Amino acid sequence: MVKNIEKYGIPVVHVCTVTPISMTVGANRIVPAIAIPHPLGNPKLSADEEKVLRRNIVEKALKALETPVDKQTIFE
Amino acid sequence: MKKLELGIVPIKDIQFASKSEVKDGVCYVNKDDIVNLLKDDENIENIELFIAKPGDSTRIMPVKDVIEPRVKVSGNGAMFPGMIAKVDVVGEGRTNVLRGMGVVTTGKIVAFQEGIIDMSGEGAKYTPFSKLNNLVVKVDTKEDVDKHRREASVRMAGLKTADFIGKLAKDIVAEEVETYETLNVKEGIAKYPELPRVAYVYMLQSQGLMHDTYVYGVDAKQSLSTMIYPTEVMDGAIVSGNCVSACDKNTTYHHLNNPVIKALFAEHGKTINFVGVIITNENVYLADKMRSSDWASKLCDFLGVDGAIVSEEGFGNPDTDLIMNCKKITAKGIKTVIITDEYAGQDGKSQSLADADASADAVVTGGNANMVIKIGPMDTVIGYPEVADIIAGGTAGSLKADGSIEAELQVITGATNEIGFNKFSAR
Amino acid sequence: MLKCVHYINQFFAGIGGEEKADVKPELRKGVVGPGSALNAQFKGEAEVVATVICGDSYFNENEKEALKTILDMIKSENPDFVVCGPAFNAGRYGVACGTVANAVKEELGLPVVTGMYEENPGADMFKTKVYIVPTKNNAAGMGEAVAWMAPLALKLAKGEEIGVSSKEHYMPNGVRTNFFDDKIGAERAVDMLIAKLQGKPFTTEYPMPSFDRVEPGKAITDMAHARIALVTSGGIVPKGNPDHIESSNAQKYGGYNIEGVDTLDSEHYETAHGGYDPSYANENPNRVVPLDVVRDMIKDGEIGSLHPYFYTTVGNGTAVASAKKYGEEIGKKLVDDHVDAVILTST
Repeated sequence: MVKNIEKYGIPVVHVCTVTPISMTVGANRIVPAIAIPHPLGNPKLSADEEKVLRRNIVEKALKALETPVDKQTIFE
Repeated sequence: MKKLELGIVPIKDIQFASKSEVKDGVCYVNKDDIVNLLKDDENIENIELFIAKPGDSTRIMPVKDVIEPRVKVSGNGAMFPGMIAKVDVVGEGRTNVLRGMGVVTTGKIVAFQEGIIDMSGEGAKYTPFSKLNNLVVKVDTKEDVDKHRREASVRMAGLKTADFIGKLAKDIVAEEVETYETLNVKEGIAKYPELPRVAYVYMLQSQGLMHDTYVYGVDAKQSLSTMIYPTEVMDGAIVSGNCVSACDKNTTYHHLNNPVIKALFAEHGKTINFVGVIITNENVYLADKMRSSDWASKLCDFLGVDGAIVSEEGFGNPDTDLIMNCKKITAKGIKTVIITDEYAGQDGKSQSLADADASADAVVTGGNANMVIKIGPMDTVIGYPEVADIIAGGTAGSLKADGSIEAELQVITGATNEIGFNKFSAR
Repeated sequence: MLKCVHYINQFFAGIGGEEKADVKPELRKGVVGPGSALNAQFKGEAEVVATVICGDSYFNENEKEALKTILDMIKSENPDFVVCGPAFNAGRYGVACGTVANAVKEELGLPVVTGMYEENPGADMFKTKVYIVPTKNNAAGMGEAVAWMAPLALKLAKGEEIGVSSKEHYMPNGVRTNFFDDKIGAERAVDMLIAKLQGKPFTTEYPMPSFDRVEPGKAITDMAHARIALVTSGGIVPKGNPDHIESSNAQKYGGYNIEGVDTLDSEHYETAHGGYDPSYANENPNRVVPLDVVRDMIKDGEIGSLHPYFYTTVGNGTAVASAKKYGEEIGKKLVDDHVDAVILTST
């Protein structure tokens, strides 16, 4: 899906846990997530803490979208 | 060093009777014995028992687990240590096996990963369990019991029943005895100095509800990769906690009868020296995946093996665990073969695995799970046929008005098994 | 008896080698060169009624013209099927065999088989399009090649079902076909490992694929005015899964309006994904599609605006071809709404 949206020239950031699969399938901007069942959350945290965590990941995703890349890049 | 004898007690039939016993190849079951055994679990509301035999016009769904009844006759410990028996090392002495019989658990659906066993017709071709005489335990839990506790209750009900049935055969003198022996590292090198050393890297699903596996009672996700004697697996050291996703997760029956272990033993001392089993998990965190595959490859190196077979359980993100294991083990100079199955689309034209690497040049496949099959109506359905529309591999409208089901092969329990249980494959 | 037309190059027709590679297409009645070996393998069920010969250089330098003439010649014989080559490791001959075979299949609608060495460039170009029997790299392998090509061609001509590549002996053509093998998987794995350990040849049951790549989209320079869209393969859907997206190998994707929705709460949303423990996503679907924080960031001026729909599918055993199609369709909608960037989340 990532590649076929990006074909239109729209940059896509792929937020996912298993970054090796993302690399294999060819996403260009990759942001690591927390875990497969809760990529943008952590049930061990309080609701407020969790939302901060989620915002940090989304901010990282935005930063990735603002960064020019010429090859597949993981934004750790 | 560990040596285990499996005493084979063939079971040709199951019948309900007033006394539970195993006699002349027939397993007689008093229903009350099972109900009394299970009713202490306060989550359970209702228990029903059925018999499903090969050739019957019977469908069981949603299937959670299948278990082969076994009993320790001699040697340390008892079956299913850490789950049913106390934690104690198993894998030596003698174990009686009720060959030809299965305990199948069913009940209201917990999650999508549950499957179908047909005892006859098209669907029966794809599941090994259509060839068994099955004692089906239908367990329904109370309405307010949450999914995790419901899964646990049904899982334990299956294990308790299998343990009870197994014990009926404790004093039977087996017709045939199979012997399996694993030497320790030092003895093995001394005895087979010329033979290539081979390990089995046994990947266990460990991703949460319906995806768990227990080793001596420990949830595999909480363990680092470790080593186990192959005979411990035959004594129930590894138990399915995933209620069986239909096509490619390992039931407890699969674990007890792991065919990779059996096939490696068949060549042991002839073409290879089968040194043992490395168990490793498939977790949901990337760091876990990296750590576990690091560890599995380190253990291969540590054992000084020349070759390894790696088997996967499940698909999708576990494809990455599989590829990581393959890559890292190969990088140690070890020859590697991997076993997987495929999700190549209904037309067979798509990419089969979610991940890939050039080091995976020796792949065995259990077939394309996306293939669409049609299975006809059955006279008897044990369980809940309406789940056909929602289980993995089903789609809205899978269940037809006449009771037939059109769905992907995924829905059939054990159809594309990745420990190489079946002849089914794809090219 | 079934009628076969055979396509060969100038060399196998006995016209000459490189110096004669520019000969134009020619139709001869009956067998020429390797056609007699084919005829023998047809065992009375079929016969080579005519042979079309073309020089390899001529074909490759004048492909369009040559192909048209060759197809007309084949058609004029009204055959039941066509065999091309085998070409072994002759590159231009392999490409010609593949091109002719593909045109015979596509334009004449006739069954066709060709044969060549696996490293012949024609193999990679055409193995997913037509049946190609793998051969040795030189003509010494003629007998063996023809012994596989003839029965496969007969089967195709008779409209019989073609089994898996390993049984029928053609190059894997990218279509995965299920079958019952002779041994169980575990035994096949041990056999394969022993062969690998002993340095003997073995054949993988699934050759690893190569993946294609796309150009990275241009970076966003003004996020405060950018229009963002949310897409997920994590299967978040309105409660009750109104479009019945499958829990595995999804046959569709959903687009759901989120105008005026500030958060994906557990009361109205859930996951339809069958590949992970759903408890956490069901408890708080924002853990998969971060709508709550994206709304906050719009309020805070960090993001310009949000596309009024989020798109979702279940990336669980879902065929790559389906995912590709969903990506194309979703991408089109996003272009139409002038979306600048996409956050795609996966579980």
